[in-house]
Amino acid sequence: MNHLASQLVLVPVILPLLGAGLCLAFGRSARAQRIISIVTLSIVVVAAGALLWRADQFGPQAVNVGGWPAELGISLVADRLSALLLVVSTVVTLSVLLYSFGQGIVEFGRDTPLSVFHPTFLVLSAGVSAAFLSADLFNLFVGFEILLAASYVLITLGGTEARVRAGTIYVIVSLISSVLFLISIAAVYAATGTVNLAALPERIAALPEPLQLVLQLMLLLTFSIKAAVFPLSAWLPDSYPTAPAPVTAVFAGLLTKVGIYAIIRVQTTVFPDQPLRTLLLCAAILTMVVGILGAVAQSDIKRLLSFTLVSHIGYMLFGIALATEAGYAGAIFYVVHHITVQTALFLVAGLIEYRTGTTQLDRLGGLARAAPVLAVLFFVPAMNLAGIPPFSGFLGKLALIQAGTESGDWLAYSGVGAGLAVSLLTLYAVAKAWNRAFWQPRDEHVDDDVPSTGALHPGQNTVTEDKVLRLPRGMALPTLALVAFSVALTVAAGPLIGVSQRAADELVERTPYIDAVLGDVP
Amino acid sequence: MRSARRSVVFEVVTRLVFHAVIIYSIYIMLVGHYEPGGGFAGGLIAGLALMVRYLVGGRKELDAAAPVDAGLVLGLGLAVAALAGLLPTLLGGGVLQSAIIDIPLGPLGELHLVTSVFFDIGVYLVVIGLALDVLRSLGGGIDQHVADEDEAVGV
Amino acid sequence: MSVDLALIIAIGVLVACGTTLVLERSLTRILVGFVLLGNGVNLFFIVASGPPGAAPIVGASDERMADPLPQAMALTAIVITLGVTAFGLALAYRTWQLEGHDDVQDDVEDALVIRRAERDDTSASFDEVDESLPEEEGADLPAVDDEVTRENDEDHESPDDGDPR
Repeated sequence: MNHLASQLVLVPVILPLLGAGLCLAFGRSARAQRIISIVTLSIVVVAAGALLWRADQFGPQAVNVGGWPAELGISLVADRLSALLLVVSTVVTLSVLLYSFGQGIVEFGRDTPLSVFHPTFLVLSAGVSAAFLSADLFNLFVGFEILLAASYVLITLGGTEARVRAGTIYVIVSLISSVLFLISIAAVYAATGTVNLAALPERIAALPEPLQLVLQLMLLLTFSIKAAVFPLSAWLPDSYPTAPAPVTAVFAGLLTKVGIYAIIRVQTTVFPDQPLRTLLLCAAILTMVVGILGAVAQSDIKRLLSFTLVSHIGYMLFGIALATEAGYAGAIFYVVHHITVQTALFLVAGLIEYRTGTTQLDRLGGLARAAPVLAVLFFVPAMNLAGIPPFSGFLGKLALIQAGTESGDWLAYSGVGAGLAVSLLTLYAVAKAWNRAFWQPRDEHVDDDVPSTGALHPGQNTVTEDKVLRLPRGMALPTLALVAFSVALTVAAGPLIGVSQRAADELVERTPYIDAVLGDVP
Repeated sequence: MRSARRSVVFEVVTRLVFHAVIIYSIYIMLVGHYEPGGGFAGGLIAGLALMVRYLVGGRKELDAAAPVDAGLVLGLGLAVAALAGLLPTLLGGGVLQSAIIDIPLGPLGELHLVTSVFFDIGVYLVVIGLALDVLRSLGGGIDQHVADEDEAVGV
Repeated sequence: MSVDLALIIAIGVLVACGTTLVLERSLTRILVGFVLLGNGVNLFFIVASGPPGAAPIVGASDERMADPLPQAMALTAIVITLGVTAFGLALAYRTWQLEGHDDVQDDVEDALVIRRAERDDTSASFDEVDESLPEEEGADLPAVDDEVTRENDEDHESPDDGDPR
């Protein structure tokens, strides 16, 4: 039993791949696919939870694949940070999967297999887990590629014109970031002779300082593209909104956060001595401000949410840039909160699109009366995102702002100021969406100038009073569950902040991680 | 395929060589533990054999050569590879750990079985599945589109 | 560590050509550029592995072994490039099928924002003035606006509707 428990780290990576294989093999039966995906992801959620418990109790959990020593072979490690993110990401993935069942059943009937969707979705989940767990740069790259390859398929699902256009931009940007990542890995290997995250710090420290800086900047550049940090964020709002709702939701929740995770890991483990504080703080402030200004100008809910996503990446980067324990703890808490809330909001946007045929704000209206449940589902995570007390968004921002004021120099203070202003603007942006879509009566004479951004139901572009669609339960319940989960994060904020704190502790201390990877693990 | 585009020499050579290549690809896959080769190389060779069949006779020839769904092959391969990784763990070893078993086969001698071959079989299937999928969607699929269009125009 | 100059030059040429091609608009060229970039990086891995040596099999020879790790990484990278290129080709074909070319398109919403800016229009999400409230200064004049809209639409429609089918 003890042996199996020590191998728990493998489950989130291998099991979804097994599930994906079986799903592909049973491509003809929709029911078999659904059962396989649900069972797989449920086991993974449980395994991730157990992993978090073990990592919290006994320190980082490491496994060397095939028994090769860490510097040669593939090792997977779950410390508190990885395990925590793993738990949140798997919970989110599972609820999005359930939502997509609802949507698939509603749109294509109960027996039509979506033969590509399920296996790809499971592969995506395996890739995210692999990225969170891998203990060396190259396997981080492989994890990224697995999730990216799956995401290429998901974002162009169906191959409509809008999706192919959006997908093209996304694929090209991802390709470039992948090539950059490969170049940085080769450079790191050429300079140090290892790519293992635990062995690197010592060898990096022995290098001349300019070389260290070059390596660090290359890695940060790569991860910043993936995380959509400001000057490199333009691709995100262009490509995310056109994909099917569950796909956008899981992308928005998870993919950028994997980039943030990589930044945290590299900054704390590999380059602990040069935080590049000024550069990262400026990038963080700009990301927050520019992102939210974009959101304010948008007239489509999905695009508005995509821009707030960019903006809130800035908060996490702000916490990382402070390079203090409090900053890291705040950033980790914020990542957990944001994954849940942003995914929930995109799922709600999908419900709105299903219900009305559009997410254009000027074509929506009066939904609060027509669909009160939908209104509540939107309102709670929207306020959470804006950081209204007592929600977890408020707590996360508070933690970051406290960390900023503790730092006490003018740049940190301006970051705090930007954070507050952006929080207000987020409130403005989501309140505007709320007013237009839910409270105001629908505007009858809309501009037909507005292009539709890949609506799922081309036939029903308008809402009329007599054509009121009921929310399908299969879509509404998973959304409800996710919203409830985000509220639960608020209720359980105490323990969660505790875990984030301990995770940050471990990151700053570094030795547990390094010992776990390089130590003699069976 | 239209007769104008056929090449008899190419067709005959392909027919002669195809099976030998497939057998060779399986040999390469099995020998991978001790000599250059393995699932990936073997799968690529088998994929090339399929590609030659496609080049000779278009998508019908490809379907005749591999009358299976590409997704099925890919999926089975992925599942076999993942299981080959997981099973040693359940049996008390490390993940992807391989065991060496000598199975006496009576008069045929002894089979020296290294369990990593199951992982190789998985990879082999995945690569063949990928090759099939690429040939079907980028080769046969496009041919189909072109043919449909020609028909629509009335050529 | 001494480095093979020929490899470095080859890497330089490959990466330079790749970068140039990636900057093109046509997806096919971008893909070719990506393949060149990928090969350049793979060569970089070979350089990173240090001087050549015997095959990295324990006990096969007494000479110094070559470093196997970068070779494994380069192999993995090749496989990934293969898969992604196949997907990219399918994407290029689909774009060509839908639009008659495989150029990477500008974003629809960006075009919309530019059009609105040219027109000096308010954002669609801007809360219009409620009729029951007193008019504010600078409220829109709908009649003029519509005309401008139509003109701009004609300007913009031709390049977008290039579908030959």
